[in-house]
Amino acid sequence: MPTTYLEAIREGLWEEMERDPNVFLIGEDIGVYGGAFKVTDGFIERFGERRVVDTPISEAAIAGAAIGAGLMGLRPVAEMQFADFISCGFDQIVNFGAKCRYRWNAAVPMVIRAPSGGGIHGGPFHSQNPEMWFVKTPGLKVVAPATAYDAKGLIKSAVRDNDPVIFFEHKALYRRIKEDLPSAEFTVPIGKARVARPGRDLSIITYGAMVWVALEAAEKLAEEGVEIEVVDLRTLLPLDRETVCESVKKTSKVLLLHEDTRTGGMAGELAISITEAVFEHLDAPIVRVTAPDTPVPFSPPLEEAFLPNAAKVIEKARWLNKY
Amino acid sequence: MSTVPIIRAQSRPGAGESAAQPELARRCLYYMSLMRETEDRIERKLYRQGKILGGVYVGRGQEAIPVGSALHSLPDDVLLPSHRDMAVFFIRGVPLGRIFAQYMGRAAGLTRGRDANMHMGDMSAGIVSIISALAATVPVAAGVALALKYRGTNAVAFSYFGDGATSRGDWHEGVNLATVQKLPVVFVCNNNQYAYSTPLSAQMACANVADRGPAYAMPAEIVDGNDVLAVHAATGRAVAHARAGLGPYLLECKTFRMTGHSAHDGAQYVPPALFEEWAKRDPITRLEQEMIEQGWDDRAAIDTLHAQVRAEVDAAVAWADERPYPDPATLLDGVYEVD
Repeated sequence: MPTTYLEAIREGLWEEMERDPNVFLIGEDIGVYGGAFKVTDGFIERFGERRVVDTPISEAAIAGAAIGAGLMGLRPVAEMQFADFISCGFDQIVNFGAKCRYRWNAAVPMVIRAPSGGGIHGGPFHSQNPEMWFVKTPGLKVVAPATAYDAKGLIKSAVRDNDPVIFFEHKALYRRIKEDLPSAEFTVPIGKARVARPGRDLSIITYGAMVWVALEAAEKLAEEGVEIEVVDLRTLLPLDRETVCESVKKTSKVLLLHEDTRTGGMAGELAISITEAVFEHLDAPIVRVTAPDTPVPFSPPLEEAFLPNAAKVIEKARWLNKY
Repeated sequence: MSTVPIIRAQSRPGAGESAAQPELARRCLYYMSLMRETEDRIERKLYRQGKILGGVYVGRGQEAIPVGSALHSLPDDVLLPSHRDMAVFFIRGVPLGRIFAQYMGRAAGLTRGRDANMHMGDMSAGIVSIISALAATVPVAAGVALALKYRGTNAVAFSYFGDGATSRGDWHEGVNLATVQKLPVVFVCNNNQYAYSTPLSAQMACANVADRGPAYAMPAEIVDGNDVLAVHAATGRAVAHARAGLGPYLLECKTFRMTGHSAHDGAQYVPPALFEEWAKRDPITRLEQEMIEQGWDDRAAIDTLHAQVRAEVDAAVAWADERPYPDPATLLDGVYEVD
């Protein structure tokens, strides 16, 4: 039976808690209620209140307590109810947790799960993609899986990692995508991108929910004889520049795609990384499709206009292919 | 009505009440003297000589608080000192030379030159490093305590901060989580009445930091923070409460910051009369007087102790000054774990 993206995260967490008694969960409404999205439904019955800690509405306390417990050698998995609320715990994450190892050689194994992304009519405070706040924070790792396989494999790797990991799970994918997962145990390494679809004509570099938009665009353009390669970054920090550059060397044309807003988005870092490493392989300007520089609007026609989609990607890809 | 009263003016063992008092007093005097001498050397000599750069923050006049409290810590306890709690490092066995090396930006410092001054920690000594955003250690202390409880130990976390830190949201979130979860945390406030240039009256509308305790159903005690034996006795009550699994305990130690906020701050905003008044309550002088009056030690023995401390500091400074600076080639190391 196929496993959904949500179920994959849940299975990964469950297996890690069964495997390692130091792993515990902490967050708002995650225990008795099972989490706002039910990712941790049933955990408190299996693992008890000691390992599934319901907290007050206190993102700074959740992040800080996870750091403290991590310093003590436990492996906390903290849940932000929505990624949007992670800003309330920002100082703890970027100034405390991220810098401990570099400053005083103290490990902070910790995962912060952050349900992110739009397309669910959540409005400005339940739809954001705040990954770049953390991508520019040395000491953190930032993960954003697109598939159920990667969601499970990466949450398991994140739990086992000895550095703090921000795990962006896309809400619109939770129940929308599913696949058959291996019955044997597996993990997916942090810091490794994957080629989601091979192609020869141009590369779309993307991550998270936009992987599916890129694949949809690639399917349609294949009917026109354009073969698109889709690179799914999977991890944003540390960034797998090698896989990105290998794809650029193969196709010589690059379209960067993200759901996050435009200025200061991942596309900027990718563009300069490609220019620095493989400029001589480029046959066209690097282009990007992103959300505009606005808050995420609520009303359906506005949100649809805000979010990148296959039509917007196809238009840009056609232009790039002809260049 | 709150069911948790604020505890005030508790008695402490005096002469004849405890056979251990003379020895405790000697230990307290040693650590307070070591803190005073170390910080004088840092602020008034090495900083002015240009051997220490950046910010320097000292706890002059507040030595009784880290000393009286941290002497209650057991090996498995974890302490999160503020930037005015230097003695915590001594009591936990951190070598003095490494502390000077830290201040001087040397590779032998606790942060290998990556961070300055009191921004140091060592989990093997049970010390979590402070960061500059005050009160940020308070939620972390809750997490440390959660881990101690998770493991089924009766160890406790000591969370140190000043009066100003209690204005921050992190303080309230951390305290709230600790009380809701009944976590073993001893909260130790050094109320030194100034946060940089901001006096207490502009920091909070309540008269005491301890007044915040009842709002969290947390026992709170006010203690004379310049009386090291009183701080020690009060910490004993706080630690017993936390070790017994009864949850956190707030200790407000009333004191005064006998310096500016940092070495560059002349503190002209503090009325001189306040410095004069509080100088009379200096914790080291007070303890010496008590030791002499009680016949625990004479002036000669006390002078010998101070001389030993000076020699110890001399040796540590000399050692640190010979340590190399970090190699710039190590700049990129240690951001992440190396596989």
